[in-house]
Amino acid sequence: MIATAAAGTALLSGCFSSHNAGWEFLTDGTAATLKAICDQIVPADDFPSASQAGVLTYIDRQLTRHYRRHQRTYLAGLEQANRISRERFGAALESASPQQQLAVVTALESQNRAFFSLVREHTLEGYYGSPRHGGNRDAVSWRMLGIDEPPLRGRAQYDLRKGSPS
Amino acid sequence: MKHVNAVVIGSGAAGGIVAKELAVAGLSVVLLERGPWYTANDCRKDDLRNQRTTMLGNAFGPEDEGNPRVSVDASGTTRTWLPSEGGYQNNAACVGGGTLSYGGQAWRYLPQDFRMKSTYGAPPGSSLEDWPITYDDLEPFYEKAEYEIGVSGDYSGTPFHGPRRRPLPMPPLPPNREFYILEPAAKRLGLHPFHIPMTRNSVPYNGRGPCMRCRWCVGFACEVDAKNGSQNTVIPTALATGNCELRTECMAKEILTDDRGRARGVAYFDARKHLVEQPCDLVVVSACAIESARLLLNSKSRLFPNGIGNRYDMVGRNLQGHHYTGAVGFFDYDTYDDIGPGGSIAITDYNHGTPGLCGGGMLANEFIRLPIHMIDRLPQGTPRWGLGHKQGMRAAYKRNIQVFGPTQQIPTADARVTLDHTVRDKWGIPVARISGNVHPHTFEIGDVQAQRAEAWLKEAGAISTIKLSNKSTSVSAGQHQAGTCRMGNDPKGSVVDRDCRIHDVDNVFVIDGSVHVNNGGFNPVLTIMAIAYMASASLVRNWKGTGLKS
Repeated sequence: MIATAAAGTALLSGCFSSHNAGWEFLTDGTAATLKAICDQIVPADDFPSASQAGVLTYIDRQLTRHYRRHQRTYLAGLEQANRISRERFGAALESASPQQQLAVVTALESQNRAFFSLVREHTLEGYYGSPRHGGNRDAVSWRMLGIDEPPLRGRAQYDLRKGSPS
Repeated sequence: MKHVNAVVIGSGAAGGIVAKELAVAGLSVVLLERGPWYTANDCRKDDLRNQRTTMLGNAFGPEDEGNPRVSVDASGTTRTWLPSEGGYQNNAACVGGGTLSYGGQAWRYLPQDFRMKSTYGAPPGSSLEDWPITYDDLEPFYEKAEYEIGVSGDYSGTPFHGPRRRPLPMPPLPPNREFYILEPAAKRLGLHPFHIPMTRNSVPYNGRGPCMRCRWCVGFACEVDAKNGSQNTVIPTALATGNCELRTECMAKEILTDDRGRARGVAYFDARKHLVEQPCDLVVVSACAIESARLLLNSKSRLFPNGIGNRYDMVGRNLQGHHYTGAVGFFDYDTYDDIGPGGSIAITDYNHGTPGLCGGGMLANEFIRLPIHMIDRLPQGTPRWGLGHKQGMRAAYKRNIQVFGPTQQIPTADARVTLDHTVRDKWGIPVARISGNVHPHTFEIGDVQAQRAEAWLKEAGAISTIKLSNKSTSVSAGQHQAGTCRMGNDPKGSVVDRDCRIHDVDNVFVIDGSVHVNNGGFNPVLTIMAIAYMASASLVRNWKGTGLKS
């Protein structure tokens, strides 16, 4: 698996910066493309976007751990996203405007459903899952949803302001 | 290795009970468990890696490395699965088995569930049958399970349950907000809502404290040990007798037989992966429906060329679990109160008696949904990603109730476990190959159940609903897996007799969900436990009459 992924990296190295600033699997180049995709899946509003919440760290780590088997799908999918962006807008995805990025990710969803489903799932896992894996930084999504973190166990039962029974 | 009276393979819902009952009766017992014994230190609350949401792996086994299974879907496509993937149909691999991390709904089946063929007739293409035992036979053992394992709840709100001699040993937990929303709505619909029976301490019981009502329950180990399973009830009792030795991280390879066709021991790989043999007088297989069938099929010899108990090609057939169907209702006020476990209210009005349907199912509200559980359960029309999805999560997360339940599954003989001789696990043992589909009538029952859940939620004030109707094209097994070593009187149509003894080998027993003739419209664990108590009682009786000694 590692060997094939390395071959994949070599194959695609012309398309991305191969500099690796602290990533485990990604490079600065692939990370920039992935960031554009993830931030369309969970954009910023009053609360952080996917990348601001650490989703890239989550995905990068898992691509060398539990999601090793998806390395090639990722490299090919990221390459395809850039290709769509260049064909339509004459720029790599990271350099396209937010509207253009939305159009590319929408096209990617229909043209490469397998990759898009993976990256959507992984982005939502990173954003809404446990902070221990590098995403959901400071439990930001849980606070967004209004659940206490850290929880005070048993609190709700005894807090009379909640009006709960018992 | 020193000879013992009994080897019990698997320490889950059934195996723990059998080990305890035999050890208390004075038999020397070796309890083999393929996984480790987890403790309170291992119960971290990881919503991406537990026993229910497993994208980053199973918290309580098996690990993804070296434990594959194969499935064949309706179109004939073969696929190899990792244990953390849905198609694997995993339960667990640890001391306590599924009972360490389950939700703990502790249902008795209804009397009709044991008489399905007599009640409804078998739909064409199905293998629906009556059990060789009745509800009344099992009732004392249901009660024993409720008291020894520890069940809280209250049946007084419903007439739809079998006769019982004693109430549950513990009262229900105080209601949560969803209970208060759903209860009056059910009553307005003429239904009979009541408190879900659960293997969870609501008051101090069995030397352990009550539930602290956290949000991480189903899929997780309980950090205050208030959830009752084999690992904190019967297994400690078994060990305390001095008659039972628990060997963890030991993987059974095959049951060994002698020239007369009786079991003489079990060959297993120990924790250092050395193949060893444990001689014994009797063998109890309690490895859960898929692995129990696999072990019997892998136990080949001159007298049993197709595996033990498999003279009539019945081992592995009638694999079943549950398709869950129901609905999610969305409300315009907060329904979430962060009071665990969350699951609290149920109805059993719809389990039987609907014209045109072979059974039905229990409906209950779901345990607390963690954020990750909601990403694909948002109101109709919510975008699957982007700002709309994010805002949809924010709007709906604390304002939804999910009502669903296990649909009565109509078994078929084609849904089965066989061996895959091209794929082996890390010990070199051929893995389970799961094939076949669900009988179409199961989907018809599920559709009606989803409509009923939707109607209940609407009556409770839901402003919109989505139906959860599971129509997968592959067999369902997973944590509710059952049926592969059917209990019956006819040796040609079943694998074990009413005492869970294999028809043609008098000292090998299968005691777990494998023996279920059907799986009811309920979570099966209390029935697995009751059968374990019943089969153990008859085993001990026979033992004392020296009926088993070789």
